[in-house]
Amino acid sequence: MSVTVAHTLDDALASLAATPTATVLAGGTDLMVELNGGHRRTDAVVSVNRVRELRSWRHDPAAATLHIGAAVTYAELAAEPLASFAPALAQAARTVGSPQIRNAATIGGNVGTASPAGDGLPVLSALDAVVHLASLAGRRDVAFAEFATGPKRTVLQPGELITGITIPVLSGYQGYAKVGVRNAMVIATASACLAVDVPGRSVRLALGSVGPVILRAPEAEALAVAAADFEAGAIDADAVEAFGAAAGRAARPIDDHRSSAAYRRRAIEVLARRLLVRAFPGTPGGE
Amino acid sequence: MSDATAGVPAVGTNQIYTLHVNGEDRDVSDAWVGESLLYVLRERLGLMGSKGACEQGECGSCSVLIDDELVCGCLVLAASAVGQQIVTIEGIAPVGAPSDVQQAFVDAGAVQCGFCTPGLIMATHALLDRSPEPSEYEIREELSGNVCRCTGYGRIIDAVQRVSVSRRSDAASASEVAS
Ligand SMILES: Cc1cc2nc3c(=O)[nH]c(=O)nc-3n(C[C@H](O)[C@H](O)[C@H](O)COP(=O)(O)OP(=O)(O)OC[C@H]3O[C@@H](n4cnc5c(N)ncnc54)[C@H](O)[C@@H]3O)c2cc1C
Ligand code: FES
Ligand code: FES
Repeated sequence: MSVTVAHTLDDALASLAATPTATVLAGGTDLMVELNGGHRRTDAVVSVNRVRELRSWRHDPAAATLHIGAAVTYAELAAEPLASFAPALAQAARTVGSPQIRNAATIGGNVGTASPAGDGLPVLSALDAVVHLASLAGRRDVAFAEFATGPKRTVLQPGELITGITIPVLSGYQGYAKVGVRNAMVIATASACLAVDVPGRSVRLALGSVGPVILRAPEAEALAVAAADFEAGAIDADAVEAFGAAAGRAARPIDDHRSSAAYRRRAIEVLARRLLVRAFPGTPGGE
Repeated sequence: MSDATAGVPAVGTNQIYTLHVNGEDRDVSDAWVGESLLYVLRERLGLMGSKGACEQGECGSCSVLIDDELVCGCLVLAASAVGQQIVTIEGIAPVGAPSDVQQAFVDAGAVQCGFCTPGLIMATHALLDRSPEPSEYEIREELSGNVCRCTGYGRIIDAVQRVSVSRRSDAASASEVAS
């Protein structure tokens, strides 16, 4: 086994091209658990979390987008200045593991692992993030919805690196909510991200831990758009109920050692309703 | 490897590499390069202060600082930490001259079996360096990556608060002297 510490993107891509079977290492919070436990073997590791291009982020006010390098950590996402650009991502980041985990764990690693329980992922789904990939052969962009093909399965090719993601900076409420067995250091039993684009008149709802990949809830989204008063920030109680029910129908949960399918679906209904009320706290026609 | 990657430290199987630990360069030899930093610290470098329990990031007993960031030593691939500043519990204070945090843990009765203590001392130093007057909520949040099976945490929180108070009064008396 060999270990290469890349300091530039070119270094990283050259090392990956030289050994296409190499495993990319970022914060190590998923990979090292597997290596320590003997669940994963690899003959070469390319460490990328000191690559400057991957460690940086960029706000483009004209395009209203935020580019986040793959090796930006959850601790950085939870704090200013990034938290204001991507509030739901900051909320999700604050629920990840513990301070030690958040200091090491990266958004690129979360995307790379592609667990349906990854806390950053419902946010990337709701925001229709673009995932940027690069290899020595060139660069390509993949819509987040197309990146994961199943639990822990992605379109990433050997020799290819996630360089970062781009999300829109929206004007409107966005929030992340998660149910787990306790407050700290917990994997999501069910989770949801709601993002509202007031000028664009859209409501997006993404669900985590209730399917093989992150799911969107289009029926619920359409229902909310039809019922919401975007200017007044108001929605009526019946629409909130219907929204929760539609979110529950969009979930495709399973029974496993962490929870039951029925509980997960119920949790999604509650989380979806709660997020919608936070987004539209007013009552139509009321104060 | 080609010139394109010249200058990149590539560590091959069983090759010697150097880690910068507690201000010193330490050669790691006869080691498999897939070893975690926790393992290398304890088994290759004889630094037994960092403890290993879960080796999956859950308990925090292996907490160390890497380039001033608190992380789990068990989740760091040791060979990938070449060129970074590593601080372990042994680097916090010399034996016999405990840091204020270590002394406060003793004074508050926050140490029982002591297994979690090195990790908690590391986490507490990191917390107070960043936030000198944390609320109880903040202390609980910031120490949530460190599991203690003995104390029930009350005395640990008490110890952290004691340090916060004593550092504040030290700072106040220092500024009185200065004025
Ligand atoms: C104790 C503990 C608690 C945790 N709690 C949570 C939690 O609450 N929520 C949550 O979502 N996750 C949690 N995790 C999982 C983990 O922290 C996250 O998935 C994290 O985002 C992984 O990032 P990393 O940088 O550590 O990835 P790594 O472990 O370095 O890599 C993960 C995978 O992605 C690949 N990869 C990494 N970076 C790239 C890249 N740039 N290009 C291509 N492939 C890449 C790697 O090859 C590997 O397969 C926890 C983990 C631990 C150990
Ligand atoms: S041994 Fe590293 S967190 Fe438990
Ligand atoms: S004192 Fe025993 S685990 Fe904390």
